[in-house]
Amino acid sequence: MNAPLLACGGLTMRFDGLVALDGLDIEVDKGETVGLVGPNGSGKTTFFNVVTGLYKPSAGSVRLDARDLFAKPPQVIGRAGVARTFQRSRLMLDQSVFDNIVVGALCRLDLGLFTNLFRRRRWRDELSGMVDHARALAHRFNPAIADRLFQPAGSFAMIDRRRIEICRALIGAPRLLLLDEPSAGMTHDETRQLMDDLLAFRQEMPDLAVILVEHEMDVIRRVSDRCVVLNFGRKIFEGSFDALIANSDVQTAYLGVSQ
Amino acid sequence: MSSIPSPIPVLSPLRMQRHPRVVVVLTVVLLFAGGGLMMHAESQIQVLGLLAAFLVTFAIADRTPLGQEIAAMCGDYGGFANGVAFVCALGLIAVFHGEHYTLLVLATVALFSTACIALNLQLAFAGMANFAGAAFFVLGSYTAAVLTAYSWIPHPLILIVSGLVTGAIGVILLLPVLRTRGHYAALVTIAFGLLLRSLLEVNDTLGGPQGMKIKGFSVFGLDFNRMSSIGSWDVSFYLPYAVLSISIFAVAFTLIRCIERSWIGIALDTVRCDETAASVFGLSIARWKVVAFLIGNAVIGVAGALYGMMNGFVTPNGSGLGDSLLMLSIIVLGGLGNFWGAVVAAMVILVIPEKLQAIQEFRLLIFALLVLAILLFRPSGILPRPTRDLSRFIGPPGADA
Repeated sequence: MNAPLLACGGLTMRFDGLVALDGLDIEVDKGETVGLVGPNGSGKTTFFNVVTGLYKPSAGSVRLDARDLFAKPPQVIGRAGVARTFQRSRLMLDQSVFDNIVVGALCRLDLGLFTNLFRRRRWRDELSGMVDHARALAHRFNPAIADRLFQPAGSFAMIDRRRIEICRALIGAPRLLLLDEPSAGMTHDETRQLMDDLLAFRQEMPDLAVILVEHEMDVIRRVSDRCVVLNFGRKIFEGSFDALIANSDVQTAYLGVSQ
Repeated sequence: MSSIPSPIPVLSPLRMQRHPRVVVVLTVVLLFAGGGLMMHAESQIQVLGLLAAFLVTFAIADRTPLGQEIAAMCGDYGGFANGVAFVCALGLIAVFHGEHYTLLVLATVALFSTACIALNLQLAFAGMANFAGAAFFVLGSYTAAVLTAYSWIPHPLILIVSGLVTGAIGVILLLPVLRTRGHYAALVTIAFGLLLRSLLEVNDTLGGPQGMKIKGFSVFGLDFNRMSSIGSWDVSFYLPYAVLSISIFAVAFTLIRCIERSWIGIALDTVRCDETAASVFGLSIARWKVVAFLIGNAVIGVAGALYGMMNGFVTPNGSGLGDSLLMLSIIVLGGLGNFWGAVVAAMVILVIPEKLQAIQEFRLLIFALLVLAILLFRPSGILPRPTRDLSRFIGPPGADA
């Protein structure tokens, strides 16, 4: 059996007295989509922040393809191939769509002062390659974004901003993509559109592993291969969506104890 | 509905669009002619009249479709417009070739604008407030004073060395606070400005409160201060300084514009807007802050060195917090991230009070009110920063070369 792409073992995150993650074991294989669910405050976003290095975990292990990423700075983890979106949109609204998307690949580009300032021809070649790449990516999600690639990101509707954020995460060709509530703040129809985009995209990057945090159970059902349920920082369930629905622990976590 | 015929058929947009470069040249020449007159004007009536003319022009450019069209054209042909502006500035110098005072004002505006563009790199791009702009400027002058007095380094090199020295000192200041977030770097710059001034005032080697004399700029045996004619043409000795100041401004402008329109510009904007997102996508926050601080302070140092050489002396007086705040207010007034905005605001802050005796006493009060008014009614400044459009560097979509 192949080793998993992402392997977290006994991952623990304490904030003073509060234990946000409590000995969490999560493994994700290449090409797999894992749905991460749980009530508010159960540690889903904390898990993302720990995996991407924004929080320094208290104990445990994080490995990406056997490479130790435990408590590494976010830059190292980002360059190792972990990309994410944020629950609250974090785009530069005054900057163009292209500028926002290319941020995702910036650390792989030639950032040397000399090239950028004095070898402008070379820089232009690199630029035109990135523009083509970003345009193709944006076109996949919504042709209207690709057509207005140099308009400010703030001039787009919420769903398109989400798409731009996903493009930003994808342009660096990550191996693991973390999606933090992509449907937050969107209507039912918009959520469905976004999921269609994701599923279509999924087929073109068969090796990409995805972890999706989501409250919309419909989304989880359609998109994920496997589900993990968190409650109070612990894994209380792991398995298929159908099993999740039937599981009594999950029902208790969400709805309280039935008398 | 019947269409309304254009009231000014001669200036109809269609006709303008056929000759955009002509429109750009005319606009830039007119603006520079107005600016030149402003620097030259002596009577209060002239100054007030010019001020009114500028306000009307600005209102037209800002509010009418025709003005907006012309402004957009100047933006589309930005590189061309900048070239025309350089030629116009040289033209102004030629026109005022014998006038000491006008040339001094022009060179001063050019050098302070240079420093303000550098502050723009730090504040508007990298998001670092530098409250020691004037201190670094004066530091450049002192470096030039020491080097001209005690070394044989040729003067053009002294300008560069002054830049390197101020840049290096800035980085040394920044290194200890790189690990912090928030406003610590800004606090350190305030402290540095205050300490530098105290140090200069008590240090006898550097002249104490009287400051130091600085030798005039000379290159290839040509001493700028003794220059009184070019061929048979009588000129002010400020003329070569004005030309050099304009050239330094042009180099700094081009350099920092290139930074803005490159991967580095995007990296700096990301670091400013969202350090969390920047670090998740692999950008080193510390690296880009150091780069912006280093280049910015180096440019300020070069401008300060030439300013000192032009004036022939430097004192600790110009290095205070007030002067640094004045520089920051110039870039806020002009529009954060807009270089020409900084030039316009430098004119407003440096030139108009000199010309209008009536407001001399109240200048600081008026600046404060002006900055407040701008922040309230036009928060992105007189000339807001346009969205970076890198598509100008590539062909139209589908037409890959």
